[in-house]
Amino acid sequence: MIDLSHLRKDFPILSRKMNGKPLVYLDSAATTQKPVQVLDAMDHYYRHLNANVHRGAYLLAEEATDAYEGARKKIAGFINAGSEREVVFTRSTTAAINHIAYGWGLYHLKPGDRIVLSHMEHHANVVPWQLITRHTGAELAYLPLTDDYMVDTSRIGEVVDDKTQIVAISGMSNVLGSFGPVAEAVAAARAVGAISIVDGAQLVPHSPTDVQALGADFVAFSAHKMVGPTGVGALWGRMERLEEMEPAEGGGEMIRDVQLTESTWAEVPHKFEAGTPPIAEAVGFGAAVDYLSAIGMDQVRKHEIEITRYALEKLTEIPDLTIYGPLDPEKRGAAVSFTLADIHPHDLATILDQEGVAVRAGHHCAKPLMRVLGVPATARASFYIYNVPEEVDVLVAALHEARRIFGVA
Amino acid sequence: MSLDELYRQVILDHYRSPRHSGHIEKADATAEGQNPLCGDEVTIELRIEDGRVTDAAVRGRGCSISQASGSMMADKIVGLTTDEVDELIHRVKRLLDIEPGDPGVDPDRPGAKLGDLEALAGVRRFPVRIKCADLPWATLQEALSAIG
Repeated sequence: MIDLSHLRKDFPILSRKMNGKPLVYLDSAATTQKPVQVLDAMDHYYRHLNANVHRGAYLLAEEATDAYEGARKKIAGFINAGSEREVVFTRSTTAAINHIAYGWGLYHLKPGDRIVLSHMEHHANVVPWQLITRHTGAELAYLPLTDDYMVDTSRIGEVVDDKTQIVAISGMSNVLGSFGPVAEAVAAARAVGAISIVDGAQLVPHSPTDVQALGADFVAFSAHKMVGPTGVGALWGRMERLEEMEPAEGGGEMIRDVQLTESTWAEVPHKFEAGTPPIAEAVGFGAAVDYLSAIGMDQVRKHEIEITRYALEKLTEIPDLTIYGPLDPEKRGAAVSFTLADIHPHDLATILDQEGVAVRAGHHCAKPLMRVLGVPATARASFYIYNVPEEVDVLVAALHEARRIFGVA
Repeated sequence: MSLDELYRQVILDHYRSPRHSGHIEKADATAEGQNPLCGDEVTIELRIEDGRVTDAAVRGRGCSISQASGSMMADKIVGLTTDEVDELIHRVKRLLDIEPGDPGVDPDRPGAKLGDLEALAGVRRFPVRIKCADLPWATLQEALSAIG
């Protein structure tokens, strides 16, 4: 097994105790922990480089701008963007998708146009489109799921019809762990002249990403799910799409000229970055991709396959435990949702917490998917680079304790 | 072991076999409560005659604490006047540390026993779960306030 356990010393929080037990952090699909390299980069920025970017005519402001733009370049390299100008800093994946909805969707959609999503989307890739249908009269259509929890693409050519303008799909479900059918979605969109969007929040952190090879028009992701800070994310867009997209927010930094009644915009990507951006966070984001690149994203993916395989093996041995997601680790990432007998997921989370194990319980911001699954909630254990097989064993022991407390025979 | 204090047998019993989980036609007071963060739901229907609760129905979906709390509540309030229900709500909220003061479960005081409801005291050690136990009571308060 690939051993990344030497990384654990980089994450100070992993040495904490919870309820008297060592913290077993299994909620990285919600947010990952942060290594000292990221914390130090942000600290260094504030101690030595802090100034506002893109406007100061003094050396310190130039250094701050270099740090900010340097981070953009690192992130562009990390996803193999054609140019760093194709990387827009946003607040988060949610903000990035909203920006496409309000900057592209609002100006291109007409009544009767179709936006195609899937049943496993996070609310971040559902609600912005619902809001846009109110403004435009466009309609939503959904790709369903197969019995083995993958997006069903058998009728994608019918769902993505000639009225479709947008196909927006998750690269990996935050609930099921399933990879989304990105290649099929991109091809179906192209065939009808629609744009394609990948919600990469769970994809980009976990495997090598080449946005040029993916072929989509937009890919959105968040720093905080890939050892970076909260408050910053990225929207990669194909240059021709970014050129035709309008700014969804106006303000300082994003203009070329402002008259009393109208304005002109700065160049891509700055026209999408209104106001003072999250500069220190962007610098931390850059340090995060440096950290992941030093490990190697192919190694990250291999580790996830192995720890997910081990977790699935151990969890399926527990009586009355139901896993919601594919059982083949090659078809999925490291977020594993489950229920145990008639124990409500919140009760499970409380019991696991007493053993130091942090898992998510609830609808995971995917209520349409919960309805498809026919459950009000699931528990979810999600793994990242710093998790080790022994932590799976702690989880499994705690689940047996839950069975005892609830008297599950 | 504090987990065993939280998940007492009486809690699990009410969770698995909720009392008064039916439906009351043309109820005199109703309310629906939700905790949007965790998705717990509870619906309350009350029959009230001459200022007294003569029947109650409590249905819902959610964790053992919220559902058992609702079941025990239904058991307890049938037969009480609305003023007595109001007093009970505040005693339970004191028991759950939501409101300050003594919940008044001194065993020497006549009529002070809360019965099964005392099992909810275990939730005080789990602050994130207090809102689960409180959901049916907050919903009951809403149902009663609607009838003034």
